[in-house]
Amino acid sequence: MMLHSILFYVFAAIMFGAALGVILSRNPVHAVMFLVFTFFNAAILWLLAEAEFLAIVLVLVYVGAVMVLFLFVVMMLEVDIEAAKRGLTRYAPLGIALALVMAIELINVIWLRGQGEESTAGFAVTPEGYSNTEALGAVLYTEHVYSFEIAAVILLLAIIAAITLTMRKRPGLKVQNIAKQVAVRAKDRIRVVKMDAEKKQ
Amino acid sequence: MPEFFTNFVDSVVAYWFSLPAMIQYLGTTLFKILILTVGVILCVAFSTYFERKVIGSMQARVGPNRVGPLGLLQPFADVFKLLFKEVIVPSQSSKFIFVIAPLLSLTPALAAWAVIPMNNWFVIADINAGLLYVLALTSVGVYGVILAGWATNSKYALLGAMRSAAQIVAYEIAMGFALVGVLMAAGSLNIGEIVNAQAGGVSQWFLLPLFPLFVVYWIAGVAETNRAPFDVAEGESEIVAGFHVEYSGVAFALFFLAEYANMILISTLTAVFFLGGWASPFEGWTFLNDISWLAWLTAGGLHWLFIKMCVFMYTFFWLRATFPRYRYDQIMRLGWKVFIPVTIVWIAVEGVMVWFQVGPWAGMGG
Repeated sequence: MMLHSILFYVFAAIMFGAALGVILSRNPVHAVMFLVFTFFNAAILWLLAEAEFLAIVLVLVYVGAVMVLFLFVVMMLEVDIEAAKRGLTRYAPLGIALALVMAIELINVIWLRGQGEESTAGFAVTPEGYSNTEALGAVLYTEHVYSFEIAAVILLLAIIAAITLTMRKRPGLKVQNIAKQVAVRAKDRIRVVKMDAEKKQ
Repeated sequence: MPEFFTNFVDSVVAYWFSLPAMIQYLGTTLFKILILTVGVILCVAFSTYFERKVIGSMQARVGPNRVGPLGLLQPFADVFKLLFKEVIVPSQSSKFIFVIAPLLSLTPALAAWAVIPMNNWFVIADINAGLLYVLALTSVGVYGVILAGWATNSKYALLGAMRSAAQIVAYEIAMGFALVGVLMAAGSLNIGEIVNAQAGGVSQWFLLPLFPLFVVYWIAGVAETNRAPFDVAEGESEIVAGFHVEYSGVAFALFFLAEYANMILISTLTAVFFLGGWASPFEGWTFLNDISWLAWLTAGGLHWLFIKMCVFMYTFFWLRATFPRYRYDQIMRLGWKVFIPVTIVWIAVEGVMVWFQVGPWAGMGG
C-alpha cells in the first residue's frame, strides 16, 4: 500500500515535529498545545493501523479530559523561566539516563523482535465487518476481567488518596446547607401586604 | 439546445463513471460534506432568527421583522455586518492562539456531524465507534473556549474560560454515563444501529426505558453548550462577555457559529439517542398509508429528524427565556452530586432490566 506508507510517514513526521515542540517551546501553554497536537497525530497513526477504538479513546481521554485539566493548571502557573534553566544542569544526567533506558527499550521492541517473524509481516488486513471495539470488549470483559477491575480499583484509590491529601479543613468556614436552601418556600421569606394605592385624605 | 444540453450531461456522467473508484469515492464524500456543512450553517442562520422570534413572543415583543418578508433575511444582514467589521487583536494577546481559538471551537462542532445518519442511507462515515467519536469531538470543543480566554490576556476572559472548562469537564462525565445506558440498550456503538434498534414507533424509543438518562443527557447538553441557564462562561452581567470579550467581527461570528452548531448537534444527538433519530413515531400505523397525503407520517426520513431537532432547539430558547442564570457552585453541585449518581443508579437498574429481559429487552436471547 503506497498511499498508506506515504500517509504514515507524513503524520509520523508531523508527530515528531510536534513532540519536539513540546520540549523546545518556552511558553508552557504552547508546550501543552504541542502535546495535544502530538496526541492527535498518534491517534491518526492508530487509525492507519485500523485500531479505531484506541485512536478515539486516546482523543477522548487524553485530549478531551486529561490535557484540559493540564492546561487548566499550566495557565494558572506563573512559570519562572530563569529558575527552570538553573535546574537544567542538575537534572540533565537523570534526563539523559531516562532517555537512554527508553531508547534501549524501543530498540529492543523494534529491532531485536523484528529479527523474528511476528512483526515483519506488517499489519494484518482485517476482514470485512470486523469491529475493533467489539473484539477488544470481548477479551477485556472475559479473559482479562480481573486485571481490568483491579486497574479500575487502583485508579479509584488514587482519586481518593489525592482528595484526602489535598483536603484541609479550615476553621470558621462558611458552608451552605443545600437541603435547607431547597426547602425554602416563598412564604417563609416574603410577606405580601395588601394596601390601598393611595391614602384617603 | 435541449439536445446539446442532454449530450453535455451524458458526457459528464460518462466521464464521472470512467474515473477510478477512489476518485469517485473522494468526490461523493466531498460532495456529502459540502451538503451537510451548508445545511448546518443555514440551520444556524435561521435558528438565530427562530430564537429571537421565540424569545420575542415569550416576552410579548415582535422580534425581527424589518429585513425581508417577516424579517426572514435578518440572519444574513447580521452576518454581513459582522463580516465587514474590523477584527481587533489586543496588543498584549498571544496572537497566534488568539486567531486559531475560534477555529478550534468551530471545527469539532462541524466534524461531529460526519457520523450522524440523516436517513437510512445518508451518512458520511458509517464507523463502528460512532458514539465514541461524537463524545471525543464534543469534548475537544472546549479548547477553543479555554485558549480564547487565555490568549486574550484579560481577567474577564480568563475567568470565563476557567468557568467554562470546569463546567464542561464536570458535565461530560454525566453525559458519557448517559450514553453508556444508550449503548447498553442498543448493543452497538454505531449510530446507525442505535437508530435501527429504536425502529417500530414511540414504544420502541429509548425515551421511556431510559427516561432519567434522557433528562440527564439533555440538561448536560445544555450545560455543555454554555447556554442559559448555564451560561456563566459568558455571564454578561458579571464578566461582560467572558471568553470572547475581546473578539470582534469574523472571529466573534465564528464563536457564535460554533455555539449554535453545537446546540443543533446536541439537539440532533438527543433525538438520535432517545427519540429514534430519523425513524417515524407512527411506524406501523398502516391505516395512515391509505391516505396518500399522510404517507409521509409513517415513512422515516430526514423530515422526522428535522422536526425532532426543532423541538429541542425550541426547548433551548424556551429555557433561555424562562430561567435565571445558575450560581456557579450550584452548577457544580448539580453536575457532580446529582447527575452522576442518577446515571450510575440508572445504569445499574438497566443492567437488572437487561438480565431479566424487561421492557425493550423482552424476548432477547441471552
